[in-house]
Amino acid sequence: MANSIPEGSLPAPTLKAPLLFISVLLIASCGLIYELVAGTLSSYLLGDSVTQFSTVIGVYLSAMGLGSWLSKFLHRGLARRFVDLELAVALVGGFSAPILFQAFAHTHAFRVVLYGEVVAVGTLVGLEIPILMRILQDQVRFKDLVAGVLTLDYIGALFASLLFPLLLMPKLGLVRTSLLFGLLNAAVGLWSTHLLKSQLGPVRMIRLRCAVVMALLAAGLAFAGKFTLAVEEEIFADEIVYAKDSAYQRIVLTRGRGSFQLFLNGNLQFSSADEYRYHEALVHPAFGLRPGAKRVLICGGGDGLAVREVLKHPSVQEVVLVDLDPAMNDMARTQPMVRQLNGAALEDPRVKVVNADAMVWLQETACAPFDLAYVDFPDPNTYALGKLYTSRFYRLLQRRLTDEAMITVQSTSPLMARQSFWCIAATMESSGLKVRPYHLAVPSFGVWGFALASKRDFDVPTRVLPGLRHLSNEATAAMFAFPKDMDRIPTEVNRLDNQVLVHLYTREWRRWS
Amino acid sequence: MKRRDFLASAALSALPLACRRRPEFPFPGELVGPDLPLGHWVRGGAFADPARFEPISVLVVGGGVAGLSAGWRLADAGVEDFQVLELEREPGGTSRSGRNHVSPFPWAAHYLPVPDRGNHAVLRLLDECGVLEGFNAKGDPLFAEEATVRAPEERIFAYGQWWEGLYLRAGATAEDERQYHAFFAEVDRWAAFRDAKGRPAFSIPRSRCSDAPEARALDSLSMAAWLDGRGLTSPRLRWLLDYACRDDYGSRLDTTSAWAGLFYFAARKQGPGEDSRPLLTWPQGNGFLVDHLRRACGQRLHCGVMATAIRQEGDDLLVTAWDNLQQRRCGWRAKRVIFAGPQHAARHIIEGLEAARPASARIHNAPWMVANLTLRARPKESSFPLAWDNVLRGSEALGYVVATHQSLRDHGPTVWTWYRPFTGPDCEAERARLRAMDWEACARMVMNDLRPAHPDLESLVARLDVMRWGHAMVRPAPGLMWDPAFLALSRPFGGIHFAHTELSGVALFEEAQDHGVRAAEEVLSALGRPGSSWR
Repeated sequence: MANSIPEGSLPAPTLKAPLLFISVLLIASCGLIYELVAGTLSSYLLGDSVTQFSTVIGVYLSAMGLGSWLSKFLHRGLARRFVDLELAVALVGGFSAPILFQAFAHTHAFRVVLYGEVVAVGTLVGLEIPILMRILQDQVRFKDLVAGVLTLDYIGALFASLLFPLLLMPKLGLVRTSLLFGLLNAAVGLWSTHLLKSQLGPVRMIRLRCAVVMALLAAGLAFAGKFTLAVEEEIFADEIVYAKDSAYQRIVLTRGRGSFQLFLNGNLQFSSADEYRYHEALVHPAFGLRPGAKRVLICGGGDGLAVREVLKHPSVQEVVLVDLDPAMNDMARTQPMVRQLNGAALEDPRVKVVNADAMVWLQETACAPFDLAYVDFPDPNTYALGKLYTSRFYRLLQRRLTDEAMITVQSTSPLMARQSFWCIAATMESSGLKVRPYHLAVPSFGVWGFALASKRDFDVPTRVLPGLRHLSNEATAAMFAFPKDMDRIPTEVNRLDNQVLVHLYTREWRRWS
Repeated sequence: MKRRDFLASAALSALPLACRRRPEFPFPGELVGPDLPLGHWVRGGAFADPARFEPISVLVVGGGVAGLSAGWRLADAGVEDFQVLELEREPGGTSRSGRNHVSPFPWAAHYLPVPDRGNHAVLRLLDECGVLEGFNAKGDPLFAEEATVRAPEERIFAYGQWWEGLYLRAGATAEDERQYHAFFAEVDRWAAFRDAKGRPAFSIPRSRCSDAPEARALDSLSMAAWLDGRGLTSPRLRWLLDYACRDDYGSRLDTTSAWAGLFYFAARKQGPGEDSRPLLTWPQGNGFLVDHLRRACGQRLHCGVMATAIRQEGDDLLVTAWDNLQQRRCGWRAKRVIFAGPQHAARHIIEGLEAARPASARIHNAPWMVANLTLRARPKESSFPLAWDNVLRGSEALGYVVATHQSLRDHGPTVWTWYRPFTGPDCEAERARLRAMDWEACARMVMNDLRPAHPDLESLVARLDVMRWGHAMVRPAPGLMWDPAFLALSRPFGGIHFAHTELSGVALFEEAQDHGVRAAEEVLSALGRPGSSWR
């Protein structure tokens, strides 16, 4: 500190030093918030929070070191540099959460963007304190300067680290938090034009710049509600651990309260807490009637959970899974939680995955006939899904089956969408199938229904594979009885040219949402 | 010239190359047929006779739906000795289709309302194609689900978003609704009409329609005048009816006979108060039906062959033709000719016809532009989803149909067929306007039309091909439909029999087929091989 002032001979202060110390507090809080945002966001999106947090913190701190070192290359106009720096941090840090979410959803280089963002924010934040200290070095004794700045820096960090989990995350979410603190950074910039006025010269243009940056961030805050993921954070009660916009749908995995959930376009597909009830009920009754089945077709079910149940039967030699979206299969193969849940079923040598629209595939692809077919599509809430529940679909399906084959169709809730449920059964019958519907309770869905069918007449299955978690022989037979409020009602047949099911389904479910 | 001057001038002459205009659109495409120079060549007249006239029983001139249907009928009756000549490279006329790596697609006509049980010839054709699945208890035909238009059938773009259906209900007033129902009550009344012989006022083909005076009287008015007379002024209703006239006839409310305007709706009713008949369609449109008819004609169909002159010589007909593929003149001595081309061509080709039948000049054909847009992917949308038929309100065009809709492909690349009739009152002027348009002008018309609904379309188009139809469809002008001289154009002229949809005054697949079958049955009778009629 060769050029610092000897102790005891200070000139009259020209700056409002005590107020500048307060800006240290604010800067420090902002800096830590950006670090926490990046850490939280990366562990949400990539999973494995220990690794994510330690790498983000490590990179962030070393970037701050880089910034501190770089500060020595700045010589003139430090006050002005400081205001510019605040605005830069405000923009880069403030928009960090929205940019990272977008990068995750729309690019393949999320990690590059993540660490690039962390380095940028860290470097800028690292520049702040050294520059501020040099601005103040003429005004305050060195020992007071170091003590004051560092004290407030660390207290600011404590502030932020308490505020973030207790108030900011639950109330604002990541996107709004990062934008709000960007705004705070910009406000510090604006405030500094007042505090450092004597060193700045004309401040009009600088203040205008501050105003523009603040307006940008404020606009970001105002539109944060329209931002897909910000909305999703409100819709999904739990934290998002995986999100991807595929060519066909939005795939989101969330985690919370000891289980995780898969959503497609915002509709729950399964919860790890009770999916075994659903998938056991989907798969095993048909096997109960065809215990030696060798060739199995699964339409939909890209999560691999139905495959897991099918592979429990040693007679199975080949499983063909036809799912529209390769991104679903990738997710089921690579996301550790899902992969663990489906027992890596998609990598079993007996399983062949085909990425195609199942109806187009049935129409155009010839192959050896199947002994069992499972039809496990999302509920018919669009025309593109509704076609997969038409008489034409069931006719095309029958062409790919042996005469003894059994078909099981997931057919929505007989309680919440009674007409839709029985419409599916009636449609299957109109295609020449014999149908026996059944149902069970899946807590995260409600009462759920299936339709078991075959080209020939058959009896209700009374035996299932031993050792399942939910189904027993007795429970299986019991699923085929319908209480009065879910019992059969007359409905139209869902054909390609009327698609009545889409209308029925949306009308019925509207009552429950 | 000094060396420096030479270099400077060389640099200057290279300048236009360097500044060559950037293409207006980032995608390729071309103008495809029909063969205008070849077709118009016949108007020059004066063709020398070929070296010899090959003897033949029946020669069918024209390989559109009428000509192919005549061949289909003759082949089934066991006539071996006939040929079908088609001027274009591909048969089918305005039911032609194309195909690329994405999908087959129509080049014009793209659907068929399901026939009623009385339309025997169409039922027979659909049965042969595997589309007729049987009959219900009432005796009405049942059709294959995959050939019936898949829902959602139609949507309309208005107020910045898509809505279900073709009639825009959003924003309709109570008076709009009242008039809408009043019009369809009127249609129901006509659908229920039966004359003294039990014939309906409106039926397809129109040869089954009643000629009762009260029905014929509708022909004296334009559709616009008929609506005015009933106080039907709702802009929404009139838009819908004008759209129907443009779609089926290439004309407007004020240039369409009220008889034809009501025929469009009443002939398609299953019964009074019931819905309109469902539509049958295929990815390649009516090209699906053409494929079947051409298979029936087999080797007897010759494309790229244009009849240039037909004259009567004793009991025979001498037909001169130009084989454009082999670039040679050829000729036939036929016992009978079925002329299955339009009357404007017949006038030039058939000796003595123009003088004998001046009424043929009363037929006017509207020109059309049809574009096929091959898309890499579908535009992202958030309102009512992509339907089979997608119509933009406030557009001079008719919108587009989606070729992959019926093949069940809801994702990825697709082909859109965009239609634009030229509906100005003077067909000749409209034709000249269309003929003057190069590919850029056509592409500009298509993209400008679709941009309001699909601002991001340009980046999704892989190619855009355009067909300019000079004579796409006959206009049912007021007074034409029941004009005796016009109706007499269907009668034989010596040994020449006529088959073409324009002889019905409306351009429909069923009409073309009916005329083809009728002409073939006239010829069968003349050849002494009458059988039971298919009609």
